[in-house]
Amino acid sequence: MKVIQKPQLRILLYVFLLAIIVGLLPLASAAAQGIDTSGITDDQVNAIAKQLFCPVCESTPLDVCGTQACAQWRELIREKLAEGWTEDQIKDYFSNQYGDRVLAEPPARGLNWLVYVIPPLVFFAGAFFLYRGFTTWRNLADEPDGEPEPENESEVEDQDEYLARLEAELKKQK
Amino acid sequence: MEAEKQVPEPNQTPETGGPQWGRIVAWVGLLSLLGLVGLGLVRAQRGPVGVGDPAPDFVLTTYQGDQFDSQDLRGKVVVLNFWASWCKPCEQEAADLESAWRYFEPSGDVIFLGVAYTDTPTESQKYLDKFEITYPNGDDLGTRISQAYRITGVPETYIIGPDGLIAHDQIGPFMSLGQIQSAVEAALAP
Repeated sequence: MKVIQKPQLRILLYVFLLAIIVGLLPLASAAAQGIDTSGITDDQVNAIAKQLFCPVCESTPLDVCGTQACAQWRELIREKLAEGWTEDQIKDYFSNQYGDRVLAEPPARGLNWLVYVIPPLVFFAGAFFLYRGFTTWRNLADEPDGEPEPENESEVEDQDEYLARLEAELKKQK
Repeated sequence: MEAEKQVPEPNQTPETGGPQWGRIVAWVGLLSLLGLVGLGLVRAQRGPVGVGDPAPDFVLTTYQGDQFDSQDLRGKVVVLNFWASWCKPCEQEAADLESAWRYFEPSGDVIFLGVAYTDTPTESQKYLDKFEITYPNGDDLGTRISQAYRITGVPETYIIGPDGLIAHDQIGPFMSLGQIQSAVEAALAP
């Protein structure tokens, strides 16, 4: 039977103690801030994080962003949730702290309202112009001839003369 | 009996589109939209403020609750440093900035201000403690200051002369204490 020697036992003890300390570090960090975030799940954090955007990278939602800045922001959301803040309170906090641009849905104030007004306006204007266009084309199609008849003899002669000149020019080209 | 055909008058233009006011509104709307997009593009491509430009005004509220209004600081040299706790190059210059502050502070002619860009208060405080930074620091609330200076990243430092003009702009970290000292001394020189 293999007997563990005293120095080996001491090393094992140190390793065991080190593992305990490393395991407790996150809890110690939260405790140092006076906030217990252990009850907050990643899903709860990401439900809010996906409504916010990364502060330093273009168009990346916070829940899928891998930068350290985003990790810190997600941790901030976790802390605020642990403090009992609601989703709206947290979004307002981020908006006040970092500006409206961090919100996935900017509030309809200032120039932001254009984002909400222009797309439907363009849609309805497009529908209106299409409707008018179709109506005009249908009216044209309903007319007996596509082109208006020449009104008098001189106009017919003008057209004939023009056609004759055009044909002559085309022959020259050949 | 053949229906009488209506013939337009020679000078009359046939009506082909919508009402006149509708067209005017559509054109005004379209031109306004293009104007806004153009303005946005011009603003986006202006780049950060440069040497000789008037320094944009700002108000910084520090973590201790003090307020620094740039207009009240006229006559002094202001070293405005943008940083973040998640920014590794910021760490490179942090100790030098603090040393420079300790060097210039007794004169009373120079003020150093740190602006934490898109940082969380907890991490900012850890960073300040780690580098034992004593000059005033605060959050860039609503990213108003960084937007005014049109910064492109962190770290960036703007040294504002006593006349309120940008005397030095440092995009990226300072490389040494000497570099900071000479930039500030150049701004102090009449």
